[in-house]
Order: sequence, then structure tokens, then C-alpha cells
Amino acid sequence: MELIELKDVNKRYKNGVTALCDLNVSISKGEFVFVIGASGSGKSTFIKLLYREEKPTKGSVFVGGINVAKLRNGKVFKLRRKLGIVFQDYKLLPKKTVYENVAFALQMYGLSSGEIREKTIKALEQVGLKEKWRSFPDQLSGGEQQRVSIARAIVNEPKVLICDEPTGNLDPVTSMEVMKEIEKINKELGTTIIMATHDKEIVNKFKKRVLVLDKGILINDMAKGTYKNERN
Amino acid sequence: MKGIRILFRSISDSLTNIGRNLSLSIASISCISITLILVAVSIILSQNVNNFTTSIEKDVTIVAFVNRDATSEEVDVVGNLIKNLDNVESVKFQSKNEIKKQMQSESEVFDSIMDDYTNETNPLQDTYLVKVKDINSIGETAKEIKTFDKISIVKYGEGMVEELVKIFDIVKKVTYIVVIALVVVTAFLISNTIKITITNRKREIEIMRLVGASNSYIKLPFFFEGLWLGFIGSIIPIFACCYGYLYLYNRLGGQLFTAIIKLVKPDALVFNLIVSVLLVGVLVGAFGSYRAVRRYLKI
Repeated sequence: MELIELKDVNKRYKNGVTALCDLNVSISKGEFVFVIGASGSGKSTFIKLLYREEKPTKGSVFVGGINVAKLRNGKVFKLRRKLGIVFQDYKLLPKKTVYENVAFALQMYGLSSGEIREKTIKALEQVGLKEKWRSFPDQLSGGEQQRVSIARAIVNEPKVLICDEPTGNLDPVTSMEVMKEIEKINKELGTTIIMATHDKEIVNKFKKRVLVLDKGILINDMAKGTYKNERN
Repeated sequence: MKGIRILFRSISDSLTNIGRNLSLSIASISCISITLILVAVSIILSQNVNNFTTSIEKDVTIVAFVNRDATSEEVDVVGNLIKNLDNVESVKFQSKNEIKKQMQSESEVFDSIMDDYTNETNPLQDTYLVKVKDINSIGETAKEIKTFDKISIVKYGEGMVEELVKIFDIVKKVTYIVVIALVVVTAFLISNTIKITITNRKREIEIMRLVGASNSYIKLPFFFEGLWLGFIGSIIPIFACCYGYLYLYNRLGGQLFTAIIKLVKPDALVFNLIVSVLLVGVLVGAFGSYRAVRRYLKI
């Protein structure tokens, strides 16, 4: 079985909006996948299904062998521990330092302080922010904040890194830096990356697998796709 | 080991949260302290009422007068009959000569009048002093004793005893109701504080969920926070009431208005007070936060 598998997935919200329609997607271990499409195309719903923020109305979503659709609320944390999630708005805690924000994701495992320190510093080193471990989020630039959130996402060495518009709030230069960081994680750690994005430049430059969604329908699945030929 | 680490982390997080929301925590602790002071006062009151009731109940005695014509065998038979009654705790015989001596020792007037009485001319009667097990049934026991042969009069302070018992019963019930009402108020106060904390930390909770925190890991610090608030809130009432009572006891000389109403000794009361207020604080804190977490923390 593939690492991620969506079979005949439909998602219809309570207000009657159909976000996804008969979606069938397989993603293998170590892949780097862009999910693109216009606003309202179902990108965010697709991403939310993967970390079980939403449940499909019909069909099944397998992530690392777990059928997310059938996962009870009380067990969702088990799935999320296998994932790393990066958001457009970073979701950092303003009253915690960089170190605390990253270590925060490890504390729930009951690890010793030594183990937490070791893993946190390693993750901060990977994103090049070891020197800023004592800073608070509001003392960092947008790109640095996003790198902290990436460090938090990878600190637990997840199999899958889910990124929901991670460069949405960043300028082109910083976006490129963050993207290089994510690509490095994919190449060096073998982490599977699934990224929803609007950023044409990034998609065109990195030439990864691209899933194109339009009004909830998968209209294209390209091995080394670009934004230009999305409808080819 | 992991479980213990998580538990300790929850406890330390709960303390950190109290510190971070210091003004809210202080407001909540103050309210809890005030209500717990009232709870402590009610406990002191109810213990003293209990003590007073018990001492009064111990003092209430049925006096059964034996006919003057009764032979010593008949006096013994009546004594045994009284002893065998269900509600009788103890029976003490007092001969008319003993009563005479007692009265003489209590008053000089009696002493001179009674000095001439011999065993034959002594107009007093032999008596049985009966203590009962259940004060509420004293009337029935007195009636039963009165039916025995050679018993002429039976007295136990009718009316007054029943009245006293009734009043104390009402006081006790009122203090219980006050304590229960205050405990409920405290629980709501704590629940409300935790609710505000949950609202303040919505973002943190959301991030915790996203990075894979289990429900219990998220909920546990809030539960401990309520527990701490209850615990800290009970410290001031304990000190205030223990020292306050000690001061009052010494100032009043251990009695209230008259020697009949004796106050409970502080050393006997303090331990009960500390344990009760602490237990009420901690349990109510735990219950309040449990309620808030269940109602307002939707994960």
C-alpha cells in the first residue's frame, strides 16, 4: 500500500458546498507533491483530510496505513504524531521562545529534558536557526518564523510533512529560502512532502509532481509539472 | 516513566498558567478564599453546636422518685427494671440520706433545717438518676418508668429538653445548607476561571491538537489548575479561621456567655478544620475545572 491513498473521496460541507468530488490519489513514500488550483478548488480541504481536520463524506483516506475517515476523535492525535504540519500563518505561540515553540511538540511524548533538548537543537540546526533559540517569534522575520514552524513540524521526524500555503505570507526571496529548506528535508530525511500552494514561481522552479484541482475535481496529475501546463 | 513525566509536566504547566494569568488567578483565589472562610466559619459553628448538644444531652437525666413505703427489696427490683429498659444508658441510685447530705453541703439554711432529720423522719425520697441513650425518646422512657410499681414521680425537664433539641437540630441543618450552598458557589467560581483560561489559550490548544497532543494531555493542566486554585484558595481561610478561633477562645475563656455553653477546644477543632477546608478547596477545585473542561474544551 502507498503511504497516502485517497479512494473515491467526496467531501460535501453542511452548507451544501461540494469541496471534493470522486478524488483518487496515491502518494508514495519520499515523494514531493504540489497541490495547486484556484481559490475554492478544494486544495485546503484535500490537505485537511490528510490530518483529519475534516472527514470525507464518502470514500476512504489512508495515511500511513490508518484509515483517517474512520478514525475516532479521541485517536486523531495518533495520526498527527506521524505527521508534521506547516501553516501559512506559522501558528507559533507568541509567549514562547523559538526553543520552547519547537520543544512544545515533543513534551507530550514524555521524553526526558535531555532528549527534548537534543532533538530540538537538531531540528533548529536543520532549519538554520540554532543561534536564535532564545528569541521570541515577534523578534523574527516572516521567513524565520516559518522556519521555526518547519522545525517544529520535523522535530519528531514525521513520515509526512503537510504544508498548507507555507509561503503565502512571504516575499519571493524568502519564499525561495523556505522552499529550499523544505526540499532539503525531502531529500536528506526522505520525508514525504505534500504542499498546497498558489505560488506559480515555486511550482515552476522545483518541478515536482503536481496535482491540479478545479472545483473539487482532480483535473491533472503531472510527474514534473508546472503551473503553465496545469491544464495539459 | 513517560506517564510520570507527562503528569509532572501537566502539574508544572498548570502552575505556569496560574502565573501567566496572575490577575485572573488572584481574583479567583480571593473569591474562593472568601467563600471558604464562610465554609470554615460554618464548620466551626456546627462543631460547637454539636459539642453543646452532646454535652446538654449528656446532662439530661430522668429522676425517678421511689415511694417512701417501698422496702429495700422493692427498691432493688425497681432499679433492675429500669436498668433493663432499652433506652437506658446508666442508672444511679441516690438514697434519701445521700440527698440530704448533698443538700446540706450546698446550703447553710438546708444544713440547719435538715440537721435534725433522722432516717425515719427524713421527708425526702430515694431516687434513681437515669441517663438515656437517645435523647429524642426520653419522654417515652420516662413514661415507662412511671408505670413501674413503687415509683411515684418522674421528672426530666419536660418541654425544655425537647425545645432545645429542636433548636439545635435547626441550627445544624441551616449550617449544613449554608456549607453546601457555598461549596456549589466555589465550584462555579473555579469553573468560570478555567473557562476564561480555556478561552485565553484557544490558540495554544489548537496548536497542541495539531502537533498531536492527546485529549488527556491537553485537559490535564486545566484540571490541575483548578485543583491548585482550590488549594491556594483554602490556605488563607485555614490560617484566618484557626488563629481567629484560637484568639476568640482565649478571649472568651473557652465559653460563650455562660459556663453552660462551652466552646470546643482549639486543638480538637483545628485539625478537623484544616482537613475539611483543604478537602473542600481541592475537591471543589478539581470538580470545577473538570466541569469547565468538559463543557468548554471541545477537542
